[in-house]
Amino acid sequence: MISQDTSPPPQADVESAPFWEALRAHRIVVQRCGSCGRLRFPPMPRCPHCGAPGREQVQVQGTGVVYSFVRVHRALTPAMRDEVPYSVVVVQLDGDGPRMIGRVDGGVDVSIGDAVVPCFVDHDGWTELRFAPARAEPP
Amino acid sequence: MTPRLRAAITGVGYTPFSRESGTSVLDLAAQACAAAIEDAGLGSEEVDGIASFMVMHDSVPSQAVATVLGLPEQRLLLDVDLGGQAPCYLVTLAAAAVTAGMARNVVVFRAMNGRSGSRVGTMQFAGMGAQYRYPVRYDAYMMYVAMWGQRFLHETGGGAEDLGAVAVAQRRYAERNPRAVRRAPLDLEAYLASPYVVEPFRAPDCTIEVDGACAVVVSSLDRARDLRHPPAVVASGAYRAGPRSGLDIGDHLLWDDYTRNYTSLLAGELYGTAGLAPADVQLAEIYDCFSSTVLIGLEGLGLCGRGEAGGFVRSGATALDGALPTNTHGGLLAEGYLHGMNTVAEAALQVQGRGGDRQVPRHEVCAVTSGALMDGSALLLTADR
Repeated sequence: MISQDTSPPPQADVESAPFWEALRAHRIVVQRCGSCGRLRFPPMPRCPHCGAPGREQVQVQGTGVVYSFVRVHRALTPAMRDEVPYSVVVVQLDGDGPRMIGRVDGGVDVSIGDAVVPCFVDHDGWTELRFAPARAEPP
Repeated sequence: MTPRLRAAITGVGYTPFSRESGTSVLDLAAQACAAAIEDAGLGSEEVDGIASFMVMHDSVPSQAVATVLGLPEQRLLLDVDLGGQAPCYLVTLAAAAVTAGMARNVVVFRAMNGRSGSRVGTMQFAGMGAQYRYPVRYDAYMMYVAMWGQRFLHETGGGAEDLGAVAVAQRRYAERNPRAVRRAPLDLEAYLASPYVVEPFRAPDCTIEVDGACAVVVSSLDRARDLRHPPAVVASGAYRAGPRSGLDIGDHLLWDDYTRNYTSLLAGELYGTAGLAPADVQLAEIYDCFSSTVLIGLEGLGLCGRGEAGGFVRSGATALDGALPTNTHGGLLAEGYLHGMNTVAEAALQVQGRGGDRQVPRHEVCAVTSGALMDGSALLLTADR
């Protein structure tokens, strides 16, 4: 989906470049510790759980459950006026995934515990990871 | 048990809080520090330590304040890049320094043109985690505290009435506090009628940005006993940053439990090193940039049970005639946002018996906190025993 909004592009760095590049290809890549195996986000040079250096990149599906959310009703800056209301979710990714953060696509409401799926929004020069409520699968 | 600190808060100083001070931050800082030093009954020549904190350079360095006050040589001079986590932390460090003999009297201050100048509420916090937040408009500190507050309400079965009870209880204190900037009466009906800003927060759930300054003086306990007011003894103090506190002040993605903040982590040390328990605490000044942090802080310090904070506040327990008067100045929600320096100052005034119309009747043991999320600090201030 191509977006018209004017979100400021992220300032990528050596840690985050693989993450942002993968998003351009509509893939989600996070780091895994080569020593303890835990997945982590945001990207960083060492493992925050065991302290081991090294960064392996692994692709994750990006499905998960809403751990918490906020719903922004009032524009706190002029640039946001066209975007409220919108929700931001902290998602616990499935399968020992890390927590990730993103806007809820389409400005819809969500609740804690809702299952979500990733979606990718292409902006000018970068791609944003958003989350959308998972549709119930037919039995 | 030998306390590890032998220090007390001996003086308190404020400028008025306003929407526009009309003067420089340096002037505000100097005014508050001078007032605190004078309040203690000290001469400025006796103040050999100064400490402060600021967010994104919204204030002035301590050396500038020491200079314009004409202070003598400084043996402790500290500026930290922290927000509301800092006040109890700096008082604790000052108390440790005077206990060790590194300084005799330390002034700790916060000064800002927080309403007419740099507004922290809409400020962008530079930091390594910022690139994941700002592009998706998750860019104000209110949102981070709201994210935790939402999870806290979910896990504890709480709701808007619990947040509203905090706002209403504190506004009642503000009606008795001439310094407070938000004094209009508030009831639960009016609270629930206000629209959401960032759900679950409405305007009354949010602190109010002000121009102003606030300072306290920390002295050795022996010196404190000779000064103007009864000592507000620093019975204990602690700072905590939980493990995986994130890449910056807004990065909470590695934190396991949004319903428990730093208060849960430091409570044991805070009580243990003072030889006190939650049941001994008679009043509490709990950092409240937003209403939810009062609920989380009451539970974190063991002042009520898990999941009970909402009911505790709704029952009237935090009112002046309640079991645990809390945020007796109206809190940051109503007195004004001096990043919790005023939370510490109010605690000292109460322990010293100088609370005026809002004096808590039993005021020998007061718990104070600084900070909202992954890191912060706390004090137990007591009457001289």
